[in-house]
Amino acid sequence: MLRKTLAFATAASAALSGAGIMLSAAPAMAQNEQFIPRLVYRTGAYAPNGIPFANGAADYITMLNERDGGIGGVKLVMEECETGYATDKGVECYERLKGKGPTGAAYFSPLSTGITFALTEKAPGDKIPLLTTGYGRSESRNGAVFAWNFIAVGSYWTAADIAIQHIAKEVGGMANLKGKKISLVYHDSPYGKEPIPALEARAKLNGFTFKAIPVTHPGVEQKSQWLGIRQDRPDYVLLWGWGVMNSTSIKEAAAVAYPRDKIIGVWWSGAEPDVIPAGDQATGYKALLLQHPAGKFGVHGDIEKHVYAKGQGVGKEQFGQVLYNRGLIDSLIGTEAIRTAQAKFGNKPLTGEQVRWGFENLNLTAARIKELGFEGMLAPIKFSCEDHQGADQGRVHQWDGKEWKIISDFYTADRKILDPMVAEQSAKYAAEKKITPRDCAKES
Amino acid sequence: MVVFGQFLEVLIGGLLAGVLYSLVALGFVLIFKASGVFNFAQGAMVLLAGLALVRSLDFMVARGIPTWAAIVLGLLFAAVVMAITAAIIQRFVLGPLVNQDGLSLFMATIGITFVIEGAGQMIFGSDVYPLSLFPTDAWFILDGIFEGGLLVSKIDVWGGVIAGALVAVLAIFFQRTKTGRALRAVADDHAAAESVGIPITWIWFVVWLVAGLVALTAATVWGTKLGVQFSIVFLALKALPVLIIGGFTSVPGAIVGGLIVGAGEKIAEVYLGQHIGGGIEYWFAYVLALAVLLVRPQGLFGERIIERI
Repeated sequence: MLRKTLAFATAASAALSGAGIMLSAAPAMAQNEQFIPRLVYRTGAYAPNGIPFANGAADYITMLNERDGGIGGVKLVMEECETGYATDKGVECYERLKGKGPTGAAYFSPLSTGITFALTEKAPGDKIPLLTTGYGRSESRNGAVFAWNFIAVGSYWTAADIAIQHIAKEVGGMANLKGKKISLVYHDSPYGKEPIPALEARAKLNGFTFKAIPVTHPGVEQKSQWLGIRQDRPDYVLLWGWGVMNSTSIKEAAAVAYPRDKIIGVWWSGAEPDVIPAGDQATGYKALLLQHPAGKFGVHGDIEKHVYAKGQGVGKEQFGQVLYNRGLIDSLIGTEAIRTAQAKFGNKPLTGEQVRWGFENLNLTAARIKELGFEGMLAPIKFSCEDHQGADQGRVHQWDGKEWKIISDFYTADRKILDPMVAEQSAKYAAEKKITPRDCAKES
Repeated sequence: MVVFGQFLEVLIGGLLAGVLYSLVALGFVLIFKASGVFNFAQGAMVLLAGLALVRSLDFMVARGIPTWAAIVLGLLFAAVVMAITAAIIQRFVLGPLVNQDGLSLFMATIGITFVIEGAGQMIFGSDVYPLSLFPTDAWFILDGIFEGGLLVSKIDVWGGVIAGALVAVLAIFFQRTKTGRALRAVADDHAAAESVGIPITWIWFVVWLVAGLVALTAATVWGTKLGVQFSIVFLALKALPVLIIGGFTSVPGAIVGGLIVGAGEKIAEVYLGQHIGGGIEYWFAYVLALAVLLVRPQGLFGERIIERI
């Protein structure tokens, strides 16, 4: 019911204002409340993928309130703002919500690399951390330069490296990559362009031919790209799409008879909304996992008991799906950062700056992850001043026509390749923005 | 021979894709030809028609109604939704704007676009809904001449057949029926048409209804190709260069414009795009349109209007 109400409010506001930025479900703020803004997209071209993530994130926070009364006795209050996946609307939402609540926004989770790029410029001034779970600027792993960005669990460079490792495994080893042709079909946006440097580095190192093929937003017209692929005949195609672009890619691949099991999508191209619309044509398609698969784990039981049993859940239709689960993880990391910060600053509403400390000192061990009900979904994560990513692992799953099946063990991205890239790009950014990198040795 | 085969494949694919753009462009032409209004909402109408069709179809199939019957009933339901939409637009938007200038009417259609987009998703949902009315695999023809054959997408061919049939029906409607001639009279001058007894409110309802049915036809093809989902509204942007090239008042022009845009953008993307970074087809269609505007502002098949001062 709430989901329908939210969808109604969002759709109506998008329709009537044309701006699509208003969704106010938050009550008046009390003093003992921690405000968590939610940038979402429940309407527009990317809604099929934005909705399950937003619902998972919201359900987890509701569960904490219902089960535990919030965190450390502080109730969590959310307010959603519809971005439509548009950077300008994302920035507008940020400006509107950053000062809400007794202490302002705890953190922002934009679910858009484009919005992340824009907010990266603003967050340091406002002293509000950005949580970008599995997306965002890859070089923002370097906390010495990107003090306010937390690209949790994995970056697109991590993903690119893992994809190449999986291809190497399929072709019989890294040495056999030499002479192979690998193409990247990507969303022509900051998001889609992110993996290109990592793939170019790998191509140079492993001797394969790499070709990047852009697809214009929103990605509904890809005939030219796939006719080109039919002519080039690459050994593998990597897919870096979002929203309808993913299912369209799979359909176009089928139309040109490109084998689906030679396509590997990034973890944002490997959820149910990406394959179900393509029907049987998606069978065999593979995608990376941002560690967690689809399915139900310990935390789902708590959500069923404390949220759905009380009629308060918003994601019943996507419960246990890939993107719903990713939304849970996003809120898990954000709220555990608040919990970590409370241990230092006290059980009270915290400022963004205090929550940033919580992120930087977050250490989700295997035991803690199990205790939180995420065992099987997530490997340990540990942030530090130098490392704002905290993990380097990923897996691969494959769509069998009905459900996703995990087909690989965990891969670990090769930091010998990626760390110099992070260092180089973050240094370049620091020079451009005149940022003096923090001395993490002193801070720790 | 291989290179020629590849070029031919891109050309055929482009021409057929262009016909699918024409399907959307026809809705624009229809309303402009009949009422002088540039209907910005045509893309949103395709979305609404598609959502009404696919959601009702899913509803009926889930309740055990045979697929063929569900398709027929789904098409009827979607047609009724489009008729209701036409009536509401006529009654609450266009009716009060009779005899206003074209810009006011155009702005009104922008408002209609956002309302249809929001209401459509609110009522029918905002997921991607698969639709399977036509085959989506491909033929590989002339296998003996070109290695691997030439790829011809079946859904694109179906789109071409439907567009051809639609043009024939619309041509007869405009040229041979009393209502069709009345539509053209209203387009020339609202007040003059009204003064000779043409019921303008009824005529506007008819034209929006027919545009809605054209949108439904386009939705069956595009919905099968992409799944019914919000991005269908972006097809309106694909139809614009088609209209500029073909002319806003010509039904055959919409087809020819579609062919030029489809073939032009695909050839440009495949052969030019790889040298300048790719992703050029969206704006390349507008380059073609601008080139035509410079030479023939009314489009290749548009009516040349001479106004005496």
